[in-house]
Amino acid sequence: MITYEFLQNYWWLLISILGAALVFLLFVQGGQTMLISTKNATYKSMIVNSLGRKWELTFTTLVVFGGAFFASFPLFYSTSFGGAYWLWMIILFSFIVQAISYKYRRKEGNIYGTRTYDTLLFINGIIGPVLLGVAVAMMFFGAEFTVSKANILNPQSSAISQWGEGHGIEAIFNFKNMILGFTVLFLARVQATLYFFNNINDKRMHEELMPGFRLNSILFVVFFLAFAALLLTSKGVSCENGTAEWTDYKYLHNFLDMWWVLIVFLIGTLSVLYAIGRTIFTKGFTKGIWYSGIGTALVVMSLFWVAGYNDTAYYPSMLDVESSLTIRNSSSSEFTLTAMSIVSLLVPFVLAYIVYAWYAMDRVKITKKEIEETAAEEKY
Amino acid sequence: MENLVTVVDWSRAQFALTAIYHWLFVPLTLGLGIIIAIMETIYYRTKNEKWLATTKFWMTLFGVNFAIGVATGIILEFEFGTNWSNYSWFVGDIFGAPLAIEGILAFFMESTFIAVMFFGWKKVGPKFHLASTWLTAIGASISALWILVANAWMQNPVGMEFNPDTMRNEMVDFWAIVTSPMAVNKFFHTVLSGWTLAGVFVIGVSSWMLLRKRNANHCYRSMKVGGWIGTIGIVLTLATGDGSAVAVAEHQPMKLAAMEGLYDGSHGQEIVAFGILNHDKKAGDNAEPYLFDISIPYGLSILATHDADAFVPGVNDLINGISFTPEGDTINTVAYAERIARGKAAQQSLEKYHEAKQISDTAAMVAHASELKENFDYFGYGYLNSPEEAVPNIPLTFYTFHAMVILGGYLLLFLVASLLLAYKRELFEKARWSTLFQRLAIITIPIVYLCSICGWVVAEVGRQPWTIQDLMPNCVAISDISAGYVQTTFAIFAVIFTALLAADICIITKQISKKSKDNLDIAK
Repeated sequence: MITYEFLQNYWWLLISILGAALVFLLFVQGGQTMLISTKNATYKSMIVNSLGRKWELTFTTLVVFGGAFFASFPLFYSTSFGGAYWLWMIILFSFIVQAISYKYRRKEGNIYGTRTYDTLLFINGIIGPVLLGVAVAMMFFGAEFTVSKANILNPQSSAISQWGEGHGIEAIFNFKNMILGFTVLFLARVQATLYFFNNINDKRMHEELMPGFRLNSILFVVFFLAFAALLLTSKGVSCENGTAEWTDYKYLHNFLDMWWVLIVFLIGTLSVLYAIGRTIFTKGFTKGIWYSGIGTALVVMSLFWVAGYNDTAYYPSMLDVESSLTIRNSSSSEFTLTAMSIVSLLVPFVLAYIVYAWYAMDRVKITKKEIEETAAEEKY
Repeated sequence: MENLVTVVDWSRAQFALTAIYHWLFVPLTLGLGIIIAIMETIYYRTKNEKWLATTKFWMTLFGVNFAIGVATGIILEFEFGTNWSNYSWFVGDIFGAPLAIEGILAFFMESTFIAVMFFGWKKVGPKFHLASTWLTAIGASISALWILVANAWMQNPVGMEFNPDTMRNEMVDFWAIVTSPMAVNKFFHTVLSGWTLAGVFVIGVSSWMLLRKRNANHCYRSMKVGGWIGTIGIVLTLATGDGSAVAVAEHQPMKLAAMEGLYDGSHGQEIVAFGILNHDKKAGDNAEPYLFDISIPYGLSILATHDADAFVPGVNDLINGISFTPEGDTINTVAYAERIARGKAAQQSLEKYHEAKQISDTAAMVAHASELKENFDYFGYGYLNSPEEAVPNIPLTFYTFHAMVILGGYLLLFLVASLLLAYKRELFEKARWSTLFQRLAIITIPIVYLCSICGWVVAEVGRQPWTIQDLMPNCVAISDISAGYVQTTFAIFAVIFTALLAADICIITKQISKKSKDNLDIAK
């Protein structure tokens, strides 16, 4: 029986899948942060061309993630985007400059020079993962907003979602949020290296990337453990029987109440650690990106599930607990969720052609020879 | 209140800035995508490498243009949330769905296959590559479909009901939204105008190369394909423009009145082919609306209703409550003063409904819900203080509409002539006026962009003050942010977009200049 609650849960599941795909694909941003420090021109060209064939997937996933949130949980869209104005605007500025940098960086007549575009890619590489991590962290650690739908009848102050003075700046300077932000950043850098190992066939380059990979892996693990500790000891908002209240160790309870989510989380974590460990200790191992990618997707999905399922507010309000957003009080109507669910049946088809196109383009790995022989207009 | 007006104005300015910049690049993507796909199809069928060289030439320009279209597009989507958060809640249940479908069905298609299109020449087979080129072009058009469905819905909200419990509009009929005449006309009118623009672009660039005596064969090949797409585009754009006018007359008569600067309508209403407005004219006074005009008898009645004798209401008629049926019969509609009163009554009913809900007074809830439903069509008017607030900026709407129509007529002549000349190469090359025509073709590139932007200004300024026609004015649709914030982000957007536009133009001109010197009858 497909009920309204089922549809709300289903769309939260789809949001979690899109979120997982986005975090995985942030390896593009992680790779961009390595461009400036790469002095060897051929290596730089191989890195850019390896990333340049994937950046649009990351970009599109971000757009679809936003669109899906708008369609399925519009109250989150209106509250978060309209409230945390600066946080989202900074994220958007960084993505605007990314979109053109790949295409323009080597083109004659680009006015500002290749180095400017590489710097813009670096900025997007840092800001994108860190601030998207901050935005997601607010789903656990709360945000400064209130929701009053009756405001719409007051033309002098009609905004139904109102935010604290910082309008998103305060979220950036919250250390808990930043810890998740840096976790995502170092994960992106780890995955970028794993992706290069898999996509670029150049042993010498692999050796040169290895020290950085080790350092990024250590930093990722440290930040990830810190985030996990904060999450498991953090308060969350329970919304049982229509009443919202802060509950100690809410996310720990959610993991214990939903044991299957805990299993997914642990499998995901172990998979990422396996990818890192095997890449470090087994010479010539290049399949780490797949273990790490699947692991990342599982961890991110499980985090969305503990944030939204089990009568939990996925966007707790630090100013008025009753304003906290749940998948019940912030979703679209049953009709809309049903209509979109029918459309979502096409998602496997979409995934299939993405996988096929990815396979077709990547089955021949990038080599120094290929980059040197490719015509200028057919590479970045 | 003063601050509120400023926030609204700056938010509108920011959205307009983003939309205009976005629309500088999107139509070329829509049309050039199709042109490239046709060229590659010819190459695939003939295996003649001159067509491969021509395809790659235009593909390079497509790629540069595409990137900046993507960059500006992401901002538009998120600005609905950042700057128009109340709007996002009030109609997110309806508006969000097309946006999500656009992402799932179109954006992934574009982003996946564009990588194959640019980098897959040696990595995939020719059939798969050709399919990727077509899928990129089709993906662009599908993405246009969904955002235009969403835009059309804002101009003519259908397929929804207001839910007093959630205090928002909710979708009840998906197909009514997708297939509304406003949506169908808007989609074809907009996408086909992209074909027109791309056709002019290809002819203009080819003409520049002909002037410099470079790659004549490539230029005539390109002009044939571009000429056909452009001509088909402009003919169908004009045809769908006619459909749009009928839909506007029916659902947004105030916009139609503004487009024509019409204050007092009549049966057999003439249309102003060219005119200069009297800027001192106000609704309700006796001043002449035009300082100068050249009009065509019965023109507006025919345009709006396809009936030469039909009544077309002006601004004063609409404010006073006079309108017409689709058959052209004059009827009395609800005067704007009464609309405001009924809008306020609807809002009071909603407030009372929630007061009754708090004390669980079911009978009162039912009564107030019924009152609300009775007056809901005028809900948005309840936010207005006077009927004049419901009148859009007439000079801007009037002049952009007339510029669009006049330039559209010129583009029809230009494209038909270009297509003929592309097939009469010997005649064209010997003619003394050929260089003059080639220069005209270059000048026509900025003209077609101007025409395209004018179309959007008419559509969006003409529907003011409404974010959602009759239901939500701009002043209620905005986010809880200060004017200073929006001024700052506006300035940042203006600087970034302008810098990107400068880079885009420099790269495109440099690429044209450089590649035109290669032999484009041989593929590299």
